[in-house]
Amino acid sequence: MGENRFVYMDHAATTFIKPEVVETMLPFLKEHFGNPSSLYSIGREGKEAVETAREKLAKALGADPDEIYFTSGGTESDNWAVKGTAFTRRKKGKHIITTPIEHHAVLYPCEYLETQGFDVTYLPVDTYGLVDPAKLEAAIREDTILISVMYANNEMGTIEPISEIGKVAREHDIPFHTDAVQAIGNIPLDLQGKDKDVDMLSLSAHKFYGPKGIGALYIREGTEIDNYMHGGAQERGRRAGTENVAGIAGMGKAIELATVKIEEHSKKIKKMRDRLMAGILEIPSCRLNGHPEKRLSGNLNFSFEYIEGESLLLMLDQMGICSSTGSACSSGSLDPSHVLSAIGVPPEIAQGSLRLTLGDANSEEDIDYVLEVLPEVVGKLRAISPFYKPASVCEK
Amino acid sequence: MYNKKVMDHFMNPRNVGEIEDADGVGEAGNPHGDQMKIFLKIRDNRIEDVKFKTFGCAAAIASSSMATELIKGKTLEEAWELTNEAVAEALEGLPPGKLECSVVSRQATHRAINDYRKKQGLEPLKEQT
Repeated sequence: MGENRFVYMDHAATTFIKPEVVETMLPFLKEHFGNPSSLYSIGREGKEAVETAREKLAKALGADPDEIYFTSGGTESDNWAVKGTAFTRRKKGKHIITTPIEHHAVLYPCEYLETQGFDVTYLPVDTYGLVDPAKLEAAIREDTILISVMYANNEMGTIEPISEIGKVAREHDIPFHTDAVQAIGNIPLDLQGKDKDVDMLSLSAHKFYGPKGIGALYIREGTEIDNYMHGGAQERGRRAGTENVAGIAGMGKAIELATVKIEEHSKKIKKMRDRLMAGILEIPSCRLNGHPEKRLSGNLNFSFEYIEGESLLLMLDQMGICSSTGSACSSGSLDPSHVLSAIGVPPEIAQGSLRLTLGDANSEEDIDYVLEVLPEVVGKLRAISPFYKPASVCEK
Repeated sequence: MYNKKVMDHFMNPRNVGEIEDADGVGEAGNPHGDQMKIFLKIRDNRIEDVKFKTFGCAAAIASSSMATELIKGKTLEEAWELTNEAVAEALEGLPPGKLECSVVSRQATHRAINDYRKKQGLEPLKEQT
């Protein structure tokens, strides 16, 4: 194998912070430490930074600044949207529709709500992970109070038909939430245009080259939702707590950078991604999970038969490649990912899954390197595997 | 999460492969989990050579490698006594929840020894669970 490089291909897990973002944040970690609620100058500077960031987010999403609420990240935004809507509308009904491929930040609040007397439909998706808007419409009941479908899936990158789903939700006058954590910076959003039927949208800064621990929930004007944190008057009293000023300022800068040339950026990433995909699919007994076209520009998710994901990830790590797997081994039993299970990948094949997510940290040389290393690593693990028979080479 | 010794046995597993004319073959695993196949070459009641193949996480592969190192050259009675704790200790420790990943190597070894015993017309020994 060649000389070791460091190749970061886990952008769906988190991204590096762009230097311009760090620069934007630094003053609020140093001299401008004031509380945005204070009236003296260093407080006012913090307040100004928070409101500037709010405007930048609103602009990037096609929203009104008053519809942006800062949170600690994607998980909090999802929890707020799901639980906040359910509890405030519980007198109107107890039925929620979501999908089995949502992030756990949506699934687990739904499971919690089931313990609180709510009824949740986990709408099956097709083999690519796509939601069928007609099936969604058929699942709507008199007492349906919320629909939550992610914009794009974090594991296999499949992009959902959000405009169509939103249209169905709007026609039935049901609030519609989407977890857009993976979409920001990859797909252009317009909450006044194609995404006009989205009522709530979650986002997280560290997925688009901003800092960790900061995110936002977009809440369309007029949407019924409980306040999330009770305390001070921050975020118009709906999400109390002294603002993470540096984080908010950084997120504002990050979303501006991530959306200004979004189509050009996605195209560049997709070009590298497609070359990597074609090269990896040359490996025998390997399949692509998720939709071949309707997928995030940087996402690849494969299953390699006869090998196990954790082993694959660790061997790649030894070669300097950062990747991710849906397979988790605990106490000798392997748990395949809930997402791959939901699209019907058999457990023994889902176990050998590998996610590579490309982004700004990558170059064409990285693609060359992964294409050199990955087939060797897969071959090495297959040589150890009792399931692998050299005859399987001809199966493809 | 894994120490250097475990990573070494994972990255460079010892005794990988199959023995065509093995005297005893044993296989063990969990449904949808780790799977190990072990091949023994036995002479004068001693394990002269051993090879294995394992599907599983890094702990399962490293444990298989270490287990084969530990039983190589041993008598069948000594090999039968191999415990997962001994394998984990030889690996200088496994992370919490990963000790069970070494169970398959003991089970596969027991089955290979019993396979040999059966071929010799001997009563198979009772496997501990």
